[in-house]
Amino acid sequence: MGRYVLRRLLQLIPVFIGTTFIIYALIWALPGDPFAGRCGERPCPPAYIAEMTEQYNLDDPVIVQYFKYLWQLLQGNFGETYSGQMVSDLMASAYPVTIRLAVVALIIEAVIGIGAGILTGLRNKGFADNLVLMSTLFLISLPVFVTGFVLQVWLGTEWGIIRPSVSSQATWGELIVPGFVLGSLSMAYVARLTRTSLMENKRADYVRTAVAKGLEPRRVVGVHLLRNSMIPVITFLGTDLGALMGGAIVTEGIFNIRGIGGLVYDAIITKEGTTVTGIVTLLVLVYLLMNLLVDVLYAVLDPRIRYD
Amino acid sequence: MRKRRLAAWIAAPLAVGVFATACGGGGGGASEDGFITVNSTEPENPLVPANTTETGGGKVVDAMFTGLISYDEKTSEPYNEVAESIETTDNQHYTIKLKDGWTFHDGTPVTSQSFVRAWNYAAYAPNGQSTASFFEHIQGYDEVNPADPDGDKGPQPAPEPTAETMSGLKAPDDKTIEVTLDAPFATFPTMLGYTAFSPMPDKFFDDKAGFEEKPIGNGPFKFDERQPNQLIKVSRYEEYAGKNKPQIKGVEFRVYNELETAYQDLVSGNLDFIDQMPPSALVDEKWKTDLNDRGEVKPILSNNALQLPLYLPEYQDPKLRHAISLAINREEITNSIFSGTYQPATGWVPSDAVPGYEPGACGEWCEYDKDRAKKLFDETGFEGPITITSNADGGHKEWISAICGQIKNNLGADCVYKPVPTFSEFLKMHDEQSHDGPFRFGWLGDYPAAETFLGKIYRTGASSNYMGYRSEEFDAAMNKADRAPSVEEGNKLYFEAEKILAKDMPSIPLWDQKAAVGWSDRLEGATVTWDRQLNVETVKLKS
Repeated sequence: MGRYVLRRLLQLIPVFIGTTFIIYALIWALPGDPFAGRCGERPCPPAYIAEMTEQYNLDDPVIVQYFKYLWQLLQGNFGETYSGQMVSDLMASAYPVTIRLAVVALIIEAVIGIGAGILTGLRNKGFADNLVLMSTLFLISLPVFVTGFVLQVWLGTEWGIIRPSVSSQATWGELIVPGFVLGSLSMAYVARLTRTSLMENKRADYVRTAVAKGLEPRRVVGVHLLRNSMIPVITFLGTDLGALMGGAIVTEGIFNIRGIGGLVYDAIITKEGTTVTGIVTLLVLVYLLMNLLVDVLYAVLDPRIRYD
Repeated sequence: MRKRRLAAWIAAPLAVGVFATACGGGGGGASEDGFITVNSTEPENPLVPANTTETGGGKVVDAMFTGLISYDEKTSEPYNEVAESIETTDNQHYTIKLKDGWTFHDGTPVTSQSFVRAWNYAAYAPNGQSTASFFEHIQGYDEVNPADPDGDKGPQPAPEPTAETMSGLKAPDDKTIEVTLDAPFATFPTMLGYTAFSPMPDKFFDDKAGFEEKPIGNGPFKFDERQPNQLIKVSRYEEYAGKNKPQIKGVEFRVYNELETAYQDLVSGNLDFIDQMPPSALVDEKWKTDLNDRGEVKPILSNNALQLPLYLPEYQDPKLRHAISLAINREEITNSIFSGTYQPATGWVPSDAVPGYEPGACGEWCEYDKDRAKKLFDETGFEGPITITSNADGGHKEWISAICGQIKNNLGADCVYKPVPTFSEFLKMHDEQSHDGPFRFGWLGDYPAAETFLGKIYRTGASSNYMGYRSEEFDAAMNKADRAPSVEEGNKLYFEAEKILAKDMPSIPLWDQKAAVGWSDRLEGATVTWDRQLNVETVKLKS
């Protein structure tokens, strides 16, 4: 196990360099001059453009720029935006908010999704089963911005139960409704995934053995059946966390959550190459680590999976 | 079992590493007592007046700096702030006396040197400040910021500046500034209220990084704190020497990505002011019921036009340009698409926004007359198609499609909308002169004067003259107006210059923008300045 993890960690290095290079090259290859729109309708003075070009090494070939950037990055310096803000400061204020939002969404989708999945998976073809299937279908077909606006306008503006937007502190409590909106789609998938997985394993030999041994039903389901059925669900949840962090642009926009998604979106629009690369680098790391975490968890859940 | 424990040992730190940062946060969401919240966007540059040209940073800089003059919030007439008097006999030599008692937020006095050093810094080419060209009228500007002989895009770099300071700028004593312009320019005193002309403290010249972290101004509010991409807070400066002492304790500029969210916050009382209504609130004036009439629609210094590529042979015929203008029913489009927040343009300077300026220079050529349009169009022999180009990232599709529909119906020529993905690509097409038909042009005036809508756009070789328009007649008329002995006479002469544009029609005026703003019921006496910002100097909180 130790050697496996070490090997996986070493694999991270080429993947990390490869992805950051692709991102760096792509973002600077976007058409249009990054400084063209910075002075309103009038063109920027040539001296201003020269100064900015110099500051961001834009005169060098992309590969040289990249290695200059990587060298800075290794020293812990994520660079500066055009407005003189440290990218690391921007990330330090946006990252915790995003993580909190993603965790809230993940907890909501895991608890409700797995709960509904178990309920329907154990007693199939009943009223509950039909209800869950119907409501998950409804959630899957509803775009996030519809759920978001409806909840914002009704709960926030009309009934006054929540604030329509999240304050700059973005406390756990404030993030419950946005987290629900963000996690609602995945919640439906988790419910369906859990249900299918449970139904399949219910007929497995080891379950029959456990029942024949005379174990009480709670133990059969809780220890034997659930643990084995959770593998696809855990895989889904693990990779979903990355998606929830980087892909929450719509939810963040609706509730004005100052997180990573909106930051990346703005940075792409305004051609802030350093910000985009910095954040995506961080997201790449999160994805890689989450994947490793999921793979390690397999071994915990299923004794048949070995890594050595 | 051992393996499983090992797995747990590995999983735990991984999970901690990813999630540890999530803890923390907390605390209440409401703003402090006596503070008001205003919607904003993240500033695109450091908060330095000479390098701030967009609204996100502009709002904050306006609250923190006060220049020699300000503009009356109702009439846009300039009045003196730091200046005691601005005197001139020939509109070329100005003597500016400063008032006593003005200090920066760090306690140092505002002297004539604070202005002279700041202006020299902004104009000096190697400093790369985006507002450098505002100082071009001052004598000696071409020595600190020499023009590139082969144009900005030419192969040769611009020559090195031969001086660090402008020769036309002197400070004989602490309270006097003497300005010499390279030619008479009657609008100069009106320009002095623009943020680029703000004074800068010594701290700025000694320690720029420190200044950018905690800017120091001389305005009604001083810098408190900034959370990147979230908010900027300023609080009342007790020693402020300006005409209006602020009534509120401070302002929090909160960054919003979606106008719609800011509006929902305003309706539910979590935000005190928005400077722009989302389109959904403008439909049937929905905001009036949502906000109980707490809002205002007011003309601002902004207008839109279609510029024409005069570098193309078919567009060189003024008849075609006039025909397109006559074929557009401006009234119909402003009512049906913009829900009354725009009004049809009657000239190249927006009406009702520049004090004492008579609108209507475009006259008959901006009135809808489809028969005359068709007749003129047939005389040109041009058969189309007419392509209208715009950037697609600003929501321009609706009105361009409407114009195209009118052109098709009234001129019988084919008309298509050609979107360009981003604003920066659109600007690149301006530079390369690669348009194949009319293109969108929006302009936001920098100070309430007619000159800001004419000189930088239509003079031969002007920085925003993307049309390739050259008219010696117009240039001469502008020179004459710039040299007028008074603002009133200048306005008459600028109107004459506009008449030349009506004859040549290098661009087709479309409509003048009005700002629609709204505020919460916590505010009392909220008023809006000429640049559609909340007047933070006079607004009060209800007790």
